Amino acid sequence: MAYGTKVVDHYENPRNVGNFGTTEDVKTRKDVGVGLVGAPECGDVMQLQIKVDETTGKIEDAKFKCFGCGSAIASSSLATEWLKGRTLDEGLSIKNTEIVEELSLPPVKIHCSVLAEDAIRAAIADYKTKNGQD
Amino acid sequence: MTLKLPMYMDHAATTPCDPRVVEAMMPYFTETFGNPGSRNHAFGWAAEEAVDKARRQVAKLIGADRKEIIFTSGSTESNNIAIKGAAYMYQNAPAGSDKCRGHIITGNIEHKAVLDPCKRLEKEGFEVTYLEPGPDGIFTREMVEGALREDTILVTLMWANNEIGTINEVPQIGELCHDKGIIFHTDATQWVGKMPTDVNTDNVDLLSLSGHKMYGPKGVGALYVRRRRPRVRLVPLTEGGGQERGYRSGTLNVTGIVGLGAAAEIAMNEMESERDRLFKLREKLENEITKQLDTTQVNGHAKKRLPHMTNISFGFVEGESLMMACKDIAMSSGSACTSASLEPSYVLKGLGVGDDLAHSSLRLSLGRWTTEEEVGYAIQNIVGAVNKLRQLSPLYDMHKEGIDITKIEWQAH
Repeated sequence: MAYGTKVVDHYENPRNVGNFGTTEDVKTRKDVGVGLVGAPECGDVMQLQIKVDETTGKIEDAKFKCFGCGSAIASSSLATEWLKGRTLDEGLSIKNTEIVEELSLPPVKIHCSVLAEDAIRAAIADYKTKNGQD
Repeated sequence: MTLKLPMYMDHAATTPCDPRVVEAMMPYFTETFGNPGSRNHAFGWAAEEAVDKARRQVAKLIGADRKEIIFTSGSTESNNIAIKGAAYMYQNAPAGSDKCRGHIITGNIEHKAVLDPCKRLEKEGFEVTYLEPGPDGIFTREMVEGALREDTILVTLMWANNEIGTINEVPQIGELCHDKGIIFHTDATQWVGKMPTDVNTDNVDLLSLSGHKMYGPKGVGALYVRRRRPRVRLVPLTEGGGQERGYRSGTLNVTGIVGLGAAAEIAMNEMESERDRLFKLREKLENEITKQLDTTQVNGHAKKRLPHMTNISFGFVEGESLMMACKDIAMSSGSACTSASLEPSYVLKGLGVGDDLAHSSLRLSLGRWTTEEEVGYAIQNIVGAVNKLRQLSPLYDMHKEGIDITKIEWQAH
């Protein structure tokens, strides 16, 4: 299967790879929200971490790691780009269909975009839980 | 010498035609184009002679008599004719009866071209036992013996597995079948032309082979049907002109058959040196990759495997992205992620390889024109790709932190 140029670009030069500490560290950090979605047996696991500026309430930084196909890596890479500078509510407004459109994902890869949306929601929910906002 | 990219390391999927094979075929498209069934003119006789020569060449490769070779379109057709044809011939009860029509033994990591005919027969009133191999992927005489029933009519087990290359105990299983009066079929698609084969000492009754897996053309193959001790009979699936002893009607694919014959002869002559050469390259490939990377696993029995192929699982990386990172190497992934299903390889799962590892497996199969330089490039490329993807992998981080990822409650999607 041939990949779209944007998928290949994100795959070859993934943006914002990394995390804000070890699994244990980020659990206790109140300024960081962590989303871990997918399952190894399904061939996709996405980890998305957001760092929120307390005063502005905006996502100042976002990092990802992804175990998955090229489209999954590209979807999560794109998600980090889009999240930076947004408020939590703005982050929640990102729809998987926008990711599909931006990356020109074929129908068999739509689940990758769904997973990225899930990861965004999970990371924001984690931040809100840690900060008593839900 | 500069490397030509992409390089081909998927010879278990198909092989290029040997130029000597193409050369042998050429005259049969245009000059000697007759129908071997035309018994009353020179065009027919010339074509028949060419087919006869190919029949002898194929027979010689597997130690058979030329009268025992049925030309087909390839292994899938050969498997269908063998399995369904034998089942219908040796059935215990007619179609539609309440009684079991007969018991068949096969394996759960067979090729789909064996599994699907077996499933069809199940629907038609036969009973099928799907043997499960051990973690080494090998089917033994003992396993077959344990599954035998009074009404067992057919055992069908591949000679060497197409995904992992493991070699089953064919001569021993054949001996058991002969002792019990059961027909033994083997899908030898990956085996024939690479490894010495003798249907008599190896106790095989029916054997499927394909041209394009041994540097012959696509669309041609053969089925060996034993004529003595025991004389195997089959119910034909294709009826018509009665070609190929009535087992496979239809005008013969003369060009393809000539190509298959030529490929068989070349394979026979070059088998030994080629086997040693490819084994050394395979060992280098496998040893270097497993030495340079942690958490890798070579699938299947360590020794009882075809010399030219390897199947390696890489922990914490996903197969399709790995293929993408190694786009200069044509190879197969254990994961079928691009198809509609997200299931990892059923062969690897059948061996008890965990889902996480089964998703990230590569099958590399070397061939007649694979060079040492190519193997060196592949090692470097694959090691680099795995390292890159592990830097991206949240699972590899967890592994490094000592977290057991099998203990995490993942939400399957």
